[in-house]
Amino acid sequence: MGEKRQFKVWRGDETGGDLQDYQVEVNEGEVVLDIIHRLQATEAPDLACRWNCKAGKCGSCSMEINGMPRLGCMTRMSTFSEDETITVTPLRTFPVIRDLVTDVSFNYEKARETPAFAPPADLAPGEYRMQQIDVERSQEFRKCIECFLCQNTCHVVRDHDENKKAFSGPRTFIRAAELDMHPLDAREDRKTYAQQHQGLGYCNITKCCSEVCPEHIKITDNAIIPMKERVVDRKYDPLVWLGSKIFRRHPDDDQLVQSGSSHAVSAGPAMTGVDLPDAHERTEEQEVERGVNWHRRVGPAQLPAVGANGRLGVSEAAFDRSGAASPFGDDVEFPMPPRDLNYAHPDQD
Amino acid sequence: MTTTATRPVGAQARASISARTLRTDRWWIAPLITVIGLSAWIAYATVRVYMHKWFFVEDYHYLTPFYSPCLTDRCGEAAEFGTFLPSWWIIPEAALTLPFLLLFRLTCYYYRKAYYRSFWLSPPACAVPDGHKTYSGETRFPLIFQNAHRYAFYAAGIISVINTWDAIKAFHSPEGFGFGLGNLILILNVVMLWAYTLSCHSCRHIAGGRLKHFSRHPVRYRFWTFVSKLNTRHMQLAWITLATLAITDFYIMAVSAGWFGDVRFIN
Amino acid sequence: MTERIERHHYDVVVIGAGGAGLRAAIEARLAGKRVAIISKSLFGKAHTVMAEGGAAAAMGNANSRDNWQVHFRDTMRGGKFLNNFRMAELHAKEAPQRIWELETYGALFDRTPDGKISQRNFGGHEYPRLAHVGDRTGLELIRTLQQKIVSLQQEDKREFGDYDARIRVFAETTITELLLDGDRIAGAFGYYRESGDFLLFQAPAVVLATGGVGRSYKVTSNSWEYTGDGHALALRAGATLINMEFLQFHPTGMVWPPSVKGILVTESVRGDGGVLKNSEGKRFMFEYVPDVFRKQYAETEEEADRWYTDPDNNRRPPELLPRDEVARAINNEVKEGRGTPAGGIYLDIASRRSAEYIQKRLPSMYHQFKELADVDITKEPMEIGPTCHYVMGGVEVEPDSGAAMGHVQGLFAAGEVSGGMHGSNRLGGNSLSDLLVFGKRAGEFAASYVDSMEKRPTVPAADVEAAVDTALAPLARETGENPYKLQQDLQAVMGDLVGIIRRKGELEDALTRLAELRVRVANVGATGGRRYNPGWHLALDLRNMLVVSECTAKAALEREESRGGHTREDFPAMSAKWRTVNLVCSLDGDKVRLEHKPLPKIRPELVGLFDRGELSKYLTEEELAEFDTSATEGASK
Repeated sequence: MGEKRQFKVWRGDETGGDLQDYQVEVNEGEVVLDIIHRLQATEAPDLACRWNCKAGKCGSCSMEINGMPRLGCMTRMSTFSEDETITVTPLRTFPVIRDLVTDVSFNYEKARETPAFAPPADLAPGEYRMQQIDVERSQEFRKCIECFLCQNTCHVVRDHDENKKAFSGPRTFIRAAELDMHPLDAREDRKTYAQQHQGLGYCNITKCCSEVCPEHIKITDNAIIPMKERVVDRKYDPLVWLGSKIFRRHPDDDQLVQSGSSHAVSAGPAMTGVDLPDAHERTEEQEVERGVNWHRRVGPAQLPAVGANGRLGVSEAAFDRSGAASPFGDDVEFPMPPRDLNYAHPDQD
Repeated sequence: MTTTATRPVGAQARASISARTLRTDRWWIAPLITVIGLSAWIAYATVRVYMHKWFFVEDYHYLTPFYSPCLTDRCGEAAEFGTFLPSWWIIPEAALTLPFLLLFRLTCYYYRKAYYRSFWLSPPACAVPDGHKTYSGETRFPLIFQNAHRYAFYAAGIISVINTWDAIKAFHSPEGFGFGLGNLILILNVVMLWAYTLSCHSCRHIAGGRLKHFSRHPVRYRFWTFVSKLNTRHMQLAWITLATLAITDFYIMAVSAGWFGDVRFIN
Repeated sequence: MTERIERHHYDVVVIGAGGAGLRAAIEARLAGKRVAIISKSLFGKAHTVMAEGGAAAAMGNANSRDNWQVHFRDTMRGGKFLNNFRMAELHAKEAPQRIWELETYGALFDRTPDGKISQRNFGGHEYPRLAHVGDRTGLELIRTLQQKIVSLQQEDKREFGDYDARIRVFAETTITELLLDGDRIAGAFGYYRESGDFLLFQAPAVVLATGGVGRSYKVTSNSWEYTGDGHALALRAGATLINMEFLQFHPTGMVWPPSVKGILVTESVRGDGGVLKNSEGKRFMFEYVPDVFRKQYAETEEEADRWYTDPDNNRRPPELLPRDEVARAINNEVKEGRGTPAGGIYLDIASRRSAEYIQKRLPSMYHQFKELADVDITKEPMEIGPTCHYVMGGVEVEPDSGAAMGHVQGLFAAGEVSGGMHGSNRLGGNSLSDLLVFGKRAGEFAASYVDSMEKRPTVPAADVEAAVDTALAPLARETGENPYKLQQDLQAVMGDLVGIIRRKGELEDALTRLAELRVRVANVGATGGRRYNPGWHLALDLRNMLVVSECTAKAALEREESRGGHTREDFPAMSAKWRTVNLVCSLDGDKVRLEHKPLPKIRPELVGLFDRGELSKYLTEEELAEFDTSATEGASK
């Protein structure tokens, strides 16, 4: 049986909280997450803490241990001396939810804004050919387990919350680098995107992200600096700069604008049921121009979702959209595409 | 990748922890050493550059890297490329190259990390708060010029060639060919300077890092692999070259001033 | 009723955000449906990341003789012919396409010299077949699917100005109840883990992709999420479970030191030269080659060692036998007193391969043990033993569509939560491809089910109220039992009595104790509030774990033979009669009912892929006679 050790764990939520003292038994070969689990099973069953694999593979149990951002499952108790008090706190950079759990949606939002892999147009599945040496660089970044320790430790957002808007953080930089180095990625604007929309320039390469990475990804040396250099190629190379001044265009910007603009589509998604091919949409537009053909055959209307008594349910108050539930069913969007309209026109016999 | 990871959406407050950092290790040692080391070196270098003497050992053609290429009329035999600079005291002998060397080190990705952390405290160490209220990184003037590192690298490459030339010329004695401890030091310094210069992140990028397909450029890939290996030691090389520069300069100063003689192996 | 319930409308609700769930969601979205993905933990943390070896697909990149028939044969062999043949067939046929698809989503597999996807050897597969990325294939798979979903959301953003227009991920959300309109799925009820707020999904189709049940066991590689939620939801909705007695115990999980207990040592360690030794230093696996496999496996250490470099002319080492055989062998060695002090045996690669080789081939394995437990696998052998890893059984589904059988419509299942595909034992590498193949199918058929519907089902208000009450009950019981204690007790019962080797008496004992636990679980309490309260969450999961455990124990008692992931000490042999039977679990009120159901008959051309000698080990006399007739008919034609 192990001996008792001193712990301080931050308990609380967004309204406040403090470090609470615990004395917990520690056995040989245990990690900090084991101790948190022991606390949950004994003194504090409602102690909130994220975890999944307990093997350093999923990146859920990110926390700050003695002030350093770390994975709870990867911090061995044997690395502390026996009389040391171990302080466990939630990630500081993100809003706290409760105890050790923080709201990490910042990272998911930033990831969602980063343009996805663009498959080459001329290759079918199964035709991809890539050399191992070409994929290795990107593979390093794909080791990322999304623990967000790098995002948490990066002082750009940790100490300056106002930068969260402009700065996406190391995790998204390695994603940008991964795609820019992907041998078959069809987009060319990754560098410009990183510089203009992810805030690559905010990074002052103080390397804390690399220091805390549990996967030992060389974030700064292999992703951020190469991306900065690639931006220099485009942006700060005097010849390119001169060229863009003379010809009044920037080689990369075109694509960005294009991807940002959206083509107008009127058909609601759930209503039409299928992704319409372009040809079909054109005929639909033409149909609108000609006026609706009231003599076409239309299917029966989809019935509204009513209860057994034939009325709409009223039991639930809250709703994810503003306003009450639509009597047409919430899957129907307006204006309805003409080919889905199904009332009979007076002229129709 | 969803915005719904959190409920309720309104919660924006971070955990209220009063301690600015909870780190218990001696995180302040690294920035402290950096401040001491860099300050000491800069002090030494400034003093030396404005001494305007004891930079050349005529017998053996030892020229300190701080004065190379020597371009004022104080240079005498040390001048390899003419003496067109005025000999006003404020102008160093190597006035054409020193600014570029300074720029190279100032914009170096390693030194940036070192001085941002130590002198600028932004941040002093990981998970230790930034010493400043606002932060815009390298997005604006003047720090946006850090992106010019590549051009400083080109210049540094040329200067390394000059330093190599100095080291070769130094195999000299009044009798013709000669070889002494000073040569060893000069050679070591030049090798280290090359290692530092080639291990530069910009060099790594130019060598092959910018390529999308290594497999189509096998020679550049090999060069990139070589530079990448050096690059992992960039920090060590940065400090080693500071040391070798200072040692080389001191040794030549001492021999030139006659504090002690050069240890000669041949002639 | 003053409880605030957030209400959502979707076409398809996918419960589970692992490989199968995400693949299903992608497919349903591509079919134009509005899809909700429910993830019990954060998005991208699902248990799929733990899969290390690779995804099996007969692409024939490493060995051109490989094709779907060979893969089918291996799968059936591995599952001891208890597999649903149609699922195994679909799986073998479609796996390559699913893998290639991943590349178009941005996946970066390791490559062969000619630039194709590299394939590696794995236990039970005749040819190198596993597409892999080092030893983190599962992570690659989930990240790729996650990023594909993001890319679809970006498309939607361009089209509708809203990322969530057609796919929305509900992270850290648990579903506690499926809601029915008659026998049709009408929706799902659950809560946000973070806030404890309730939500109600109104959706005509639900895809279950919740993974397995391993948390009911003491030593397990599974995370807290694996509480059998999908199994239990399906049962309560009127669906059936099959093959629940078959649990895979991974033969090589770490047993020492404690911080890594249960963590798997991937089979590639053995594929790359690691061997199993007992405490006497003997390489014992040669004594445990069953007759069925005698022909494919080496008999001497010399031949086995030659295989690593020359697999075409040598038979493979017995360390690469299917998992259950290895697990059983280890169990036997330990029981006979030749185990390590911690109750395992040694897996030694350190003395057989150079440190550089090990680090190159098994990077994350090396780094994991170095960091987690300060064990250097290049220097010392690992102490390993059987660990609960995977449940072969699950929701009984229609092979082509993944639609749940029983009396419920609109319910689909894919991945580990579905049953039948792997028979009595799963081959390594087949789970990742299973996720993709049947995830896609479930998504596709869920979408077409929604299309075929005339009237949308409605959620009965009373059921929602009942679901709220059930969910809040543990919080109200201030003096209720500690959920952690209950979980420990349940794990003890399952681990000790329904573990890897089973006996009649113990199983009966287990059933009695589970009945006692059922009473205690009904009285479980949770302290604290509703906000991110793990005690409360566990209290709600317990009833799922319990009902699934009962199914397992009952089925294990019923099946009087040993086959694959089910080993009965009192019935050590495989029985051809039992091969024709599936044990089907259903819920009758709150009682678990077990029925026998005949296996579907394998199509003749698929049976023809095996030679008679091999079939005679599995099939009954009548089936063999039938095979002979059709063979002579085929010959006379």
